[in-house]
Amino acid sequence: MNRLMHTLVAATLVVAPGLTSAASPPGAASCLGCHTVAVDGGPVPALGSFTAEQMVTAMQAFRSGSRSATVMNRIAKGFSDEEIKAIADWYARRKSK
Amino acid sequence: MIGGGFGGASCARLIKSEDRDIAVTLIEANSTYIACPFSNAVIAGLRQLEQQKFGYDRVRAAGIDVVHRKVTAVDTKQRTVRLEDGKQLAYDRLVVAPGVELRFDAIPGYNEAAAELLPHAWKAGEQTLLLRRQLEAMKDGGVVVMSAPANPFRCPPGPYERASLIAHYLKTHKPRSKLILLDAKDAFSKQKLFEAAWKELYPGLIEWVSLSSGGNVTRVETDTRTFVTEFGSHVADVGNVIPPQRAAAVAALAGVADQTGWCPVDPVSFESTLQPGVHVIGDAIIAGGMPKSAFSANSQARVCATAVVDLLRERTPATPKLINTCYSLVAPDYGISIAGVYQPANGLLTDVPGAGGVSPLDAPKSVRVQESTYAEAWFKTITHSVFG
Ligand SMILES: Cc1cc2nc3c(=O)[nH]c(=O)nc-3n(C[C@H](O)[C@H](O)[C@H](O)COP(=O)(O)OP(=O)(O)OC[C@H]3O[C@@H](n4cnc5c(N)ncnc54)[C@H](O)[C@@H]3O)c2cc1C
Repeated sequence: MNRLMHTLVAATLVVAPGLTSAASPPGAASCLGCHTVAVDGGPVPALGSFTAEQMVTAMQAFRSGSRSATVMNRIAKGFSDEEIKAIADWYARRKSK
Repeated sequence: MIGGGFGGASCARLIKSEDRDIAVTLIEANSTYIACPFSNAVIAGLRQLEQQKFGYDRVRAAGIDVVHRKVTAVDTKQRTVRLEDGKQLAYDRLVVAPGVELRFDAIPGYNEAAAELLPHAWKAGEQTLLLRRQLEAMKDGGVVVMSAPANPFRCPPGPYERASLIAHYLKTHKPRSKLILLDAKDAFSKQKLFEAAWKELYPGLIEWVSLSSGGNVTRVETDTRTFVTEFGSHVADVGNVIPPQRAAAVAALAGVADQTGWCPVDPVSFESTLQPGVHVIGDAIIAGGMPKSAFSANSQARVCATAVVDLLRERTPATPKLINTCYSLVAPDYGISIAGVYQPANGLLTDVPGAGGVSPLDAPKSVRVQESTYAEAWFKTITHSVFG
């Protein structure tokens, strides 16, 4: 059911005459340079293993420095609250596909 | 799509996965792609070249027409691409992702024939193995001389990772040897981290000669393996010349390269500012703050793919943000990184202020080990997403 709905939504977006880009939220695509969505057993956590809320909490903690990291602290500083939320929601939706 | 590397192969797949109704043809000269990231570990004997090789079966399986031919001409008025066998292909939008070309006209004495004696190993493959064999054949107590070009060039931390891993090899197998790195710059990527690690891991083994201390190589003599600089000359037992570079030749053929040899693009859509309808991604572009890396090429490919689909469907591409993260190995279990977040500003991809930077200088050993693990994980994930 869920899958079908997404397909329909996507199809509507493609045929709808409009000017809005089909792009993922700014920055979201680059996450996949290191992360996968599906769990792959590697040392870098899969984005599909988080809820949107968990991802927002983690990114904010990386950004403020309250959670230690190797590289995510440096990357999180490049994103606003709104951008983080948009990315988190987008991955949460992708996971349910 | 011209070029099936980290940029082109990903972009082709992403266009197809975003819109199956778009016919995508990937034109790539070679049937096997040999990845440069981690090729420095091959030179140091820590890895096999086989682990760097990838094929295009999965790209084909994704519904992309893969043609293994060289592109010899591009007609941007007629919107056609000509292949070496004379075949012509028409396009609505063209993406050019050809990587770099090594400039054999930049250092007197250094041409393609010279590279058989003084390998560049800056395109992975036979050159990588040649440098490795030369190191293996070198006597203990030998001198390795490397030269690094001025900016911009493919993989800014690459020469220093290479110097580190060669030093690791020398320390392990030929401890009386030495490495001299002649540089056409006064500063380089992750410099403080590299220099601290060299002091700690390879004391006295690596000598870095900056531009202002005479690092600029003005000529090489292959028969004596001599690197001539503005201040004197260095005779090598093993020599590695990393020459200056420019966008690969097809960029000039397509009219997307400017007088710098690189390709100016719109940072939102990656469309060439010189040729409408043609997009350029990866090492070939003038990317502003973004370094020429496989990670960057892949990030750009993702944004460009969506922009191409948008433009074909008459939508306006959205303003993107892009990330780069480059790991370097200083030793097999010692990794360091540089990261950046970029957004379009003044026609270029510009660093988002306050974000990015390098690994901390004072990190404990455990962090270096962790980053070396992440480096390998990154290579696995990215090559899987591009070719797997
Ligand atoms: C030693 C070394 C270490 C590196 N380490 C890292 C690292 O750790 N991390 C990282 O992110 N990056 C690293 N890089 C950089 C990385 O390899 C490049 O940035 C990346 O390959 C760029 O991708 P690209 O798609 O732009 O070009 P390429 O990967 O070079 O792909 C271009 C493709 O286009 C094809 N082509 C060119 N002209 C034509 C034509 N006329 N017709 C048909 N096909 C054509 C070529 O055959 C090639 O396959 C390293 C590079 C080196 C040299």
